[in-house]
Formats: sequence, C-alpha cells, structure tokens
Amino acid sequence: MSIPGVPDPAAARSPAEFVLVLEPGRADKNYWLDLWRYRELFLILAWRDLAVRYKQTAIGVVWAILRPLLTMAVFTVIFSRVAKLPSDGDTPYALLVFAAMLPWSLFSMSLSEAANSLINSANLISKVYFPRLIVPAAAVVTAFADFLVSFAILAALMAYYRFVPGWNLLFLPAFIFLALLASLGPGLWITALNVKYRDFRYVIPFVVQFGLYVSPVGFSSSVIPQRWRLLYSVNPMVGVIDGFRWCILGGASRISWPGFTLSLLVVAFFLWLGISRFRKLEKSFADII
Amino acid sequence: MSDIVIQAENLGKKYVLAHQAASGGYVALRDELTRGARTLWRKTRNLARDGSSASGGTREEFWALKDVSFEIRRGEAVGIIGRNGAGKSTLLKVLSRITEPSAGRVTIRGRVASLLEVGTGFHPELTGRENVFLNGAVMGMTRAEIRRKFDEIVAFAEVEKFLDTPVKRYSSGMYVRLAFAVAAHLEPEILVVDEVLAVGDAAFQQKCLGKMGAVATAGRTVLFVSHNMAAIKRLCSRGILFTSGRLQMIGATADVVGCYLSEGANGAEQVAFERRPGAVAQYRSAGVADHTGTFAGHVADDREFTIRFEIEVSETVSDIYFGMILQNTEGINVLFADSRDTENSLPGRIPPGKYRMSLSIPPVLSPGRYDVVSLGIATTHPVLVLDFRETACSFEVVNHSNTQRTAARPGVLNLHLPWELSG
Repeated sequence: MSIPGVPDPAAARSPAEFVLVLEPGRADKNYWLDLWRYRELFLILAWRDLAVRYKQTAIGVVWAILRPLLTMAVFTVIFSRVAKLPSDGDTPYALLVFAAMLPWSLFSMSLSEAANSLINSANLISKVYFPRLIVPAAAVVTAFADFLVSFAILAALMAYYRFVPGWNLLFLPAFIFLALLASLGPGLWITALNVKYRDFRYVIPFVVQFGLYVSPVGFSSSVIPQRWRLLYSVNPMVGVIDGFRWCILGGASRISWPGFTLSLLVVAFFLWLGISRFRKLEKSFADII
Repeated sequence: MSDIVIQAENLGKKYVLAHQAASGGYVALRDELTRGARTLWRKTRNLARDGSSASGGTREEFWALKDVSFEIRRGEAVGIIGRNGAGKSTLLKVLSRITEPSAGRVTIRGRVASLLEVGTGFHPELTGRENVFLNGAVMGMTRAEIRRKFDEIVAFAEVEKFLDTPVKRYSSGMYVRLAFAVAAHLEPEILVVDEVLAVGDAAFQQKCLGKMGAVATAGRTVLFVSHNMAAIKRLCSRGILFTSGRLQMIGATADVVGCYLSEGANGAEQVAFERRPGAVAQYRSAGVADHTGTFAGHVADDREFTIRFEIEVSETVSDIYFGMILQNTEGINVLFADSRDTENSLPGRIPPGKYRMSLSIPPVLSPGRYDVVSLGIATTHPVLVLDFRETACSFEVVNHSNTQRTAARPGVLNLHLPWELSG
C-alpha cells in the first residue's frame, strides 16, 4: 500500500480536555493551529489525488513525459528557428525552453488543480469539518508529482547536451517553492469564488493559455527591451522563470534584481489576497456549495 | 473538570434565501452583476423620488435554528427528533463545525466525530483497503489508530475477500457495510450521528445499533438523530424534540417520543403538496381517513381504513398508473400498492381536472406508526414518471382489538387467525 510515511501523530492529539467554543466569528481563532492539527488529512487527500490520477490512465506517467517534451520541441522550432530569437549565451535553445517550462507547468497545473479542488470535494465539505485550506493545498501536490517527472526529463536532456549545472542549482528548491506560492495565491482566490460563482472556472484555462505567451517560456526574458523589463516583471512568473534559468543554466541567464523583487512582491500580494479572500468565504462554503 | 460536555446557549442559525427566478443554489457572476446594476438603478431612482433608499433585494431570512439552549452530560445518549426541516440536521452541522452558528454559542468539551453520512469521502476508484484509510482520516482518526483497528473494521464489515478490489465494484450492501464499519470504530468523546441507519439490511442495522449502544455505555456521549422511534427509545436516555427550528421539549426519551407522536396525531392528518407547474399529472394532497371516513392521525387496528389522495391532471393522459409504499418506523417497506394490481380499476384515459382517489387498506397492520412514502404517478406507454413525492403523510395504527395482551404484539402483520385443534 502506498500511503505516504508520516511520523506518528497520535502524540500530537493529546487526550486531555479539548474545549471548543463555537459562536459567530469564532472560527478565526486557532486557524493556523487547526491547520497543523489536520496535517494528516492533508497528506491522505494528497495521496488520494495522486493515486486516483494514475489509477485509470493507460500510460499514466507517460503523459507527464510526453506533454512537456512535445511543447518544448514546438517552442524551440518556433522561437529559435522561425522567430530567430537569441538564447542566453551559448545555452542550447531546447534547454532554455525546458528550464522555463518546468516552473510554468508547475504553476499552471497547480493553479488549475487548486482552482477546481473545492468543487470537486463538495461532498466532503458539506459533510465533515476540516480546515478547508487543506483541499486546494493537497491538490497542488499532484502538480508537484508531475513536476518531479519533468525534472527527470530535464536531467536526461542536460546529459544529452553535456550541460553541467553550477552551484546555482542549490537554490532551485527556493524557486520551486516560489512557483508553488505563486500559483497558490490566485488558486485559493479562484477556488473560493468558484464555490459561489461557478463561472470562475472559465477563468483558469484563459489565464493558463494567455500566461504561457506573456511569460518568458519560449524565449529568454533578456529579449524584452530594458525599459520594459520592470513592467514585465509584474507577471510573477517572470521572476520565477528567470530564477529557474539562473539555477539550472547558470551564469549566462541573469536575474534582474529590481524585476525579481517586484515579482516577489506580486507573489506575496496574491498570496495574501488569496488567503484572506479564502478565509472570508470559507465559513459559507458548506452552506452554498 | 465539568461534567457537561455540550452546552448550547441561545444557538441560532440563519440562512438567507434569495428569491430569484430559477436560482439553483449557486449563482452566476453574470446574474449577480446584472442584479447589482438593477438594484443600483432602483435605489437611485427611489432616492431621487422620495429621498429614501429602500433595499430593492428580495431576500428573506430564514432561521433554521433559533434560541436553542440545552446541556448534555458526559456519557449521555441523546436522541434528537422532529419532523423534516425542524432543524435537527442543522444542529448537527453546527455541532460538527461544518457550518458556523449565526447567533448564540456552543461550548464543546472533547473531540467530536460526526457521522452525517456513511462513506463520506469514499472514492470509487480506490480499493476497500485504501478507502478505510481515507475515510478514517476524513472522520478524524489518525493513521496509527486506523492501522490498529484495521482488522477489526474489516471483520465487522465482512469484506475480507474484496479488500483489494476498487469499491466501485462492490455491491451496495458491501459498500455500506464497509463505510459503516469505519464509522463504528471511531472513538471520539462525542459521537454525532445523523439518520444513517436507514441503510443496510436489518441484520446489519441491528449490529450497528448494538455497536453504538456499546459506545454510549463506554462513557462516551452520543447524539443521535433518527425517525426510528424504536431505535431512539432503545439507545437514548434523553430526547430533544425540535419543531420548526425551536427546541420544543427536552426530557426522558419516552416522554419526548410520546409528545412527538401525539403531535403527529393532532397535526397533519392531510398533507398538501406544493403544486408543480407544468406537471401533466400530480398529487396535491394525501391523507388517511379512518373507518368513519374522517381524516385522522390514527386508525384502529381492527377496522379498514383508506388512504386518500387528491390528483390534478392538466392534460389528458392515458395508460396512467399510481403507486405508493407504506413504511414502518424501522424503515421496512411493509406494503407496496400499484394501481395495475387490479385490472380496469382505473379508466384508460383521464381528461384534465381534479380527482379524488382512495385506496382501501384492510385491517392487517399491527399497531405502530407508518409513513406513506414514494408516491408515484407514471405512464406505461411511453414509460414516463409524471410525479414522485418521496414522503407524504404518516399515521398511527392504534391497538383497539388486542385486549388479551398487555405487552405490544410482535410482528409486522396483525391478522387474527383461527386456531384449529384436532386429535
């Protein structure tokens, strides 16, 4: 059986008196503590999403391999051969594209998974209590699993091009985390709105499709004229993608710091917005879902 | 350490009903925007006209629970009864934190596990084994706890052989047994159970009731909602009766159940149904009339009585038939009546109009409470369901004939049969 290993949580739930007061507006207190208390449910739900995802697919993991590879091939041909855009230094263009597709697909996948998560768990929400934040957070884990598969492909590609990454690679986990946060913010907001207004689900495919072209996935962000760079970085994925390229491809791909700081601020803003909107609407989920 | 584990003070839960045409629970942003624009227009117009800004919305507040106060002690088993829509389920939802109260407060000491549905979170693609872990976690068990009780759960559910089969291939009985087995092995300090015993076969229901009784005697607190008065009486020491969102009575189970039943006898003898616009044929009311022909909440067990319906037909229909089920408080279908059972009892074509229909029931039911459920109208050519009412009226068959016995007469059928002795 493939239930993820977790430390024994029995110790965390002490049998001692556990007093709970329910009154209007009270749910706000102990919010984060409650979230921690329910971490085991988070793991189980994440595991369920993963198990179900790979259960009824004929070639399962192969999809996670084929999709990024084909997209990479198309982007390389179009942006490098047809549009003749330059790469960063002498980095192979295919690698340049793939290093950006990793965070982009992580972002877009987790955004769509998170945004639809509450609706898909409607039966749970109307019948059991748990901090609702767990549902979109667990959905993001599925996207992360696909990311790991893509990462293995990247390793294979780098071996093929005999490209050796530098010490920058050590910073990659920080940028992975940043990509997840960047998707969680809007994801939470949209999933909460989705409960009340079902038309928000149409926003996601649009954001994902549109975002692919306004983010530096198929090209290096250095092709953007210098005076527009800062404005361009309002797109939080610009910072994340630049960061990924810097980690994986090394020196030739530079992070523009003012832009990166701006991206960080935008990520933080959306995360704050997402969480606060989510918490505001959370109380009424069970009544309207 | 206080002995009171649940204390509710002036608890209230309000829902806002938005009266809009074809509002299906959730709203589309589009509609909200147009409505917002319309309201804004109306407000400004009103403001310009007489200087007052009256709210243009058609929203109505509805208190599903109001001013509810009670205390429940450690180790008590409390039955919660009331008609549909009386607020029982809302109370359970508030207690299990699914929804927030709108007024008042509840103080709960101890971990609450709520069982509002069996198999919450079950995923059809996952195997029985995986679902035990999933469902257990959803119900608030830790993994260590589930692992410890795993064999016991599987044995209780009697599904050992199918543990590694996806539950979508389970029979509905197996599914329910597995789901209930997980729930029955929860060990919270407070167990909140909604009407979930209505599922599963009778033997399994008995097993579950036994398990719940054991939980209650083990010093845990049980809150139990049910329409099954026999189960409530057996399991609970105290009862709470709800009537349209308010707590009407709290006390010893027998008294509260008695109050509930007698209320039914005085109250709705004849139930009117909401009119369904556009339905070709529909039930408008249902009621039970005793042997004298007057509508009554109770009938004698040795007299024939009738179940009477009012039907409305809006278009001429042919090949129409009617059906209904009589159910006892244990949820057992005692009787199924189908108008096709007797040939030519109904005309082949029925023109539009209002009709009265009655169904005679011979004196074969043993004393107890019965519900008229699953009222249907359908046509045979084409096969089409024209109307279906899940629940209709209920009535009580009272002991009138059985003067020899003081204890309740066992059995579902009440037939006075001749005995013959030959030597």
